[in-house]
Amino acid sequence: MRQLMLILMGLMATLFASVSVAADDASANAIVKADVNIHDKVSKQRGAKLFVNYCMGCHSLQYQRYGRMGEDLGIPEEVVLENLNFVSDRIGDTMRNAMDKDDAAEWFGATPPDLTMVARLRTPDWLYSYLIGFYEDESRPYGYNNKVFPLVGMPHVLADLEEELGEEKFKEAMLDLTNFLVYTSEPIQETRRKIGFGVLFFLLILLIPAYLLKREYWKDVK
Amino acid sequence: MIQRLLKGTVDWVDARLPVVDAFKTHMSEYYAPKNFNFWYYFGVLSMVVLVNQLVTGIWLTMFYSPTDAFASVEYIMRDVQFGWLIRYMHAVGASAFFAVVYLHMFRGLMYGSYKPPRELVWICGMLIYLALMAEGFLGYVLPWGNMSYWGAQVIISLAEAIPFQVIPFVDGDKAAAMGEALTTWVRGDYLLSDATVNKFFALHVVAIPLVLVALVVLHILALHEVGSNNPDGVEIKENLDENGVPKDGIPFHPYYTVKDLVGVVIFLMVFSLVVFFFPDMGGYFLEKPNFEAANPMVTPDHIAPVWYYGPYYAMLRATTFSFIFTAKTWGLIVMGAGIAVLFVLPWLDRHPVKSIRYKGMFSKITLWLFAIFFVALGYLGTQPADRSFLGLSFTAWAQIGTFYYFIYFLVFLPFGHRFEKSKPVPTRVTGGKA
Repeated sequence: MRQLMLILMGLMATLFASVSVAADDASANAIVKADVNIHDKVSKQRGAKLFVNYCMGCHSLQYQRYGRMGEDLGIPEEVVLENLNFVSDRIGDTMRNAMDKDDAAEWFGATPPDLTMVARLRTPDWLYSYLIGFYEDESRPYGYNNKVFPLVGMPHVLADLEEELGEEKFKEAMLDLTNFLVYTSEPIQETRRKIGFGVLFFLLILLIPAYLLKREYWKDVK
Repeated sequence: MIQRLLKGTVDWVDARLPVVDAFKTHMSEYYAPKNFNFWYYFGVLSMVVLVNQLVTGIWLTMFYSPTDAFASVEYIMRDVQFGWLIRYMHAVGASAFFAVVYLHMFRGLMYGSYKPPRELVWICGMLIYLALMAEGFLGYVLPWGNMSYWGAQVIISLAEAIPFQVIPFVDGDKAAAMGEALTTWVRGDYLLSDATVNKFFALHVVAIPLVLVALVVLHILALHEVGSNNPDGVEIKENLDENGVPKDGIPFHPYYTVKDLVGVVIFLMVFSLVVFFFPDMGGYFLEKPNFEAANPMVTPDHIAPVWYYGPYYAMLRATTFSFIFTAKTWGLIVMGAGIAVLFVLPWLDRHPVKSIRYKGMFSKITLWLFAIFFVALGYLGTQPADRSFLGLSFTAWAQIGTFYYFIYFLVFLPFGHRFEKSKPVPTRVTGGKA
């Protein structure tokens, strides 16, 4: 019985592994791996700087608070208020912007989405590939198209930066930006894993007396 | 001194409420077969997950707001102390609930635990499963992400496929109007809106949990009346000692309480591994489109149910023929029949032997094929239908799976014993070396 079960399970695993997926389109092929390190605070700080300078004019982070970002990324409150918060003067505010949604929809064809959780809605890989995926295309209203998001309404706002930094440095900067957005998508994630190790360790220890107790009682069961 | 005080208190209560008796009946003098194996942990684990869902659910209710649903979930995830943990425990708990319940049900299928005299134990269990499906769906809508919205859209629209035209004097037009009226009533609005979320919230946190808890009580009362089955399918009550205690039985407490404790700790380790390290399980527990707020203007690329509805959703989609009724109506009927057939399982299975251990090869192979097809249907239900595997489309595979599902219950279980020779069933339980 047990052997039969194992054989069938093995068979099932091999079958599932060979599922053929219909050929993906070009935009899926343009997705490259985003090698972000969520523990790299400095990278996330650089990402935050890039975000407020280049993205926030149009995109909000409506669920992310300035104060929480400062605490988590190790940026002092004064620095946050002076250099990162251009919209309000309160550290407890969420990172909204002043752009009118209807105006934006008229300018770009669609309202620029809120990006707080974009890294979880898409994936970090998609996000990074999107950021480095702009290319010149005269047929588009703003002169640019995107490899992973064809016919995107967003202009290549980072074109100047790309020119200034060169390809390699630009890619690094986009990795920082991706890292920052991975952070905002779930600010607790580092703490979550840390607590997770503690919980698992506790349960592992608890397993010992639980098992010994069971063994002690079950001695008399013949 | 303290001991006397304690005893006095217990005596005082016991004279007014039969607590000692209840403890004896259900714990210290409830005799369970001594040969429970791995598969017997999933009953107690269902209880553990139920308690987890109730407790974390109560705490979520303190901070969740159905009129500001999506933002309030993010508020819980970011601003409420340990809100993220409570929310992940609840969301992962939902998947864990179905995982342990499916394994618990499969255990019943393997060892014939639904057969006489345990028919009502099984039926109460099936009612729990039904309530759980409703509870899961309602809860899935509450975060009001985009997949919540579109998932609810698809499921609620099923009410329009109910074939009202079978009612005398109801023609097609009238049937359509009735379907529409019913969906409007379910939504509480002409489209999915805050009214729907508010209504689902009430059902999710009060109505269904009450039903669930009541059914769990009935499930256990019925079980303790007839006694537990075991991997050998032997009735331990048929071999009593001079005190009327089953020779192969041991008191549930302390033997199974301490044994279950080990199982619970191991389960909690697996559960914590998911909660703390893979809370969205690659999109299977928390789906990607649900990280953006419900948006009637943006349809997700692929609307998929959560994995635990996969098998039945696959059956719904696999039904592509239209004859008298539309394909959608037939899909609804097939899906409904898929669940309904489980209710009459105790009367479908006419095998003289209870446990798979002593059934013949035919039963063993068909049972494991059933398990494989069920898992495959679950997978197919969550995937886009336009793929193929071994030259057959996913839709074709889902049709094969659905066909096998019904053949298993309607042909193999009732008549399978004619195609095989069973092994002799022992009169006493074995150590599992059969």
